[in-house]
Amino acid sequence: MAIIEIEGLAKSYRIYQKQEGLLASVRGLFHRTYRDVQAVRGIDLAVESGEFVAFLGPNGAGKTTTLKLLSGVINPTHGTARVMGHVPWRRENAYRRRFALVMGQKNQLWWDLPAQESFRLHQQIYAIPPDQFLRRRDELVDLLTVRHLLSQPVRELSMGERMKMELIAALLHSPEVLFLDEPTIGLDVVAQHNIQSFLRHYQQTSKMTVLFTSHYMKDVAALCRRVVIIAQGQIMYDGSLGGIIDRFSGHKMITLVFPGDSLPQGLSRFGEVVEEQAPKVKLRVDRNVIAESLAAILAQHTVQDVSVEDPPLEEVIAEMFSLANEQARSAQAGLEEVPSPHA
Amino acid sequence: MTTHQLTRRFPLTTWWTVLRISLEERLVYRGDFALGTLMRFLPLVTQVFLWGAIFEAVGTDGSGTIAGYTYQEMVAYYLLTQVSRAFSSMPGLASTIALQIRNGEIKKYLIQPVDLLGFLLLGRMAHKLVYYVVAAGPFALVFFLCRDFFNGWPDLLTMVAFVASLVMSFLLGFFLEATLGMVGFWFLEVSSLLFVYMLFNFFFSGHMFPIDMLPGVWGTIVRGSPLQYLAYFPAAVFLGKIQGEQLAWGLGLEFAWVVVFVILSRVTFHFGVKRYSAYGG
Repeated sequence: MAIIEIEGLAKSYRIYQKQEGLLASVRGLFHRTYRDVQAVRGIDLAVESGEFVAFLGPNGAGKTTTLKLLSGVINPTHGTARVMGHVPWRRENAYRRRFALVMGQKNQLWWDLPAQESFRLHQQIYAIPPDQFLRRRDELVDLLTVRHLLSQPVRELSMGERMKMELIAALLHSPEVLFLDEPTIGLDVVAQHNIQSFLRHYQQTSKMTVLFTSHYMKDVAALCRRVVIIAQGQIMYDGSLGGIIDRFSGHKMITLVFPGDSLPQGLSRFGEVVEEQAPKVKLRVDRNVIAESLAAILAQHTVQDVSVEDPPLEEVIAEMFSLANEQARSAQAGLEEVPSPHA
Repeated sequence: MTTHQLTRRFPLTTWWTVLRISLEERLVYRGDFALGTLMRFLPLVTQVFLWGAIFEAVGTDGSGTIAGYTYQEMVAYYLLTQVSRAFSSMPGLASTIALQIRNGEIKKYLIQPVDLLGFLLLGRMAHKLVYYVVAAGPFALVFFLCRDFFNGWPDLLTMVAFVASLVMSFLLGFFLEATLGMVGFWFLEVSSLLFVYMLFNFFFSGHMFPIDMLPGVWGTIVRGSPLQYLAYFPAAVFLGKIQGEQLAWGLGLEFAWVVVFVILSRVTFHFGVKRYSAYGG
């Protein structure tokens, strides 16, 4: 049975629109114009217990809004959601004891005090029995190698160290569901890798259900089998990472290495020349004609080396995002772009 | 929030942990804390001189009093309002709540099984406790130096009423400012509102002068407002200006105001969160 069930979930915000200039500011004192922005437009999703699901999408796609809805911070405009049988926005303590939300660098730790004090407070807030608390804390602290930092004020920790402490604070009460909003944002490569390794290991051993958003494809590739792509508040794709290329990319990349320092002419008739640096040429070729094109190239030219690859995932996703944005913009034109006046 | 509700939501160990952590946090910035605590006494000196000058310049009607206060009583009153305000003033409470709403930190209280008001109340109690420990010495010294302005200690009943009025002034101050801070759910910027409140508070709580000096309609209005319990009322109780049935009524009314603001802060929080969840987040 699904641990997270979402049906037709939608959320729209009202945003104040201010024209440029002082006069507009004065006018804004008496009359304001707002625009309704649909952050999430009726999404359906089911997540099974123990899944590690990535939410991918451009800025403003509705990823964070979805996590906020599921953690009960905001109420939806329409639709339903149940997490472990609870309606999140009822904010029942029984639900709040069973999940955790970590939002980037937003602090749940006391800034001026060492993290261990915040952990103690979490022990009380979540009513964790003392022996269980110590066991959990020690386990998490050792996994994230931050024991030596426990008595250092949070404000004096690096961003990566702070994120580790945030994760410990969030996991102390052994949540069954974890919502992670960009856990590696702003971290260096080493810190990103550490957080990824920890999350992978922890999720595998605890079988916790994790929903996380990220802009870093490396996070997604390292952690998730299932990827949900959101753009313009709608789910564009739900499946494996590899499946994205099959579904959204109509091309493959052929890299050819020719003997000598010169390149043959007329290669563009086989596909788009993406890169040309003698003796190497990279072509983007339609998936449907890949075999014919390759056969023709090899028949007509002497080739020293050849490779056929999928286009980079980032590229496919970027294309998909811009396509989704365009589609949504044209579909919504004339509907939401009309400002709605409110006094 | 009633004591019963608080106890149910926060068992004793939680109270202690929140208190302990708030105390530790309070003690981090030693310099600021010491300066803030000690500087509170500076206006005292100026007020003693100010009232001295007023009594001398205005002169009295031969009875040696202005509106029923002798110079001695006036200084004693002023010293006692410092004690009232040590309980009822809540520096930074409303603005911090408003800021937390604005920068989204308030989310923490929506996702964790914790009650915002109870949590803030415990934090504030910790702040006050630290303050009393540090300020007890200077307060004792000032009162000792100014002992001639007082007619000895009041009787036991008056002392009990004084302490009760102080405890309630703390609760009233807390829930009143918490309510104001939560107006931030509707208006993200509340600094002007807080400025107006501070202004009214300064004059009508009796911090500036005893409010029973105010004549006519103004006097009636001010004596009907809850602000008087933040400074005037405890001081007047100590000085024996309010006694007998009047004292019982006063304490009863102060308690009623505490209840009103407990309810008001709860209601504001309830609807504020509703609005926040609907529009913001």
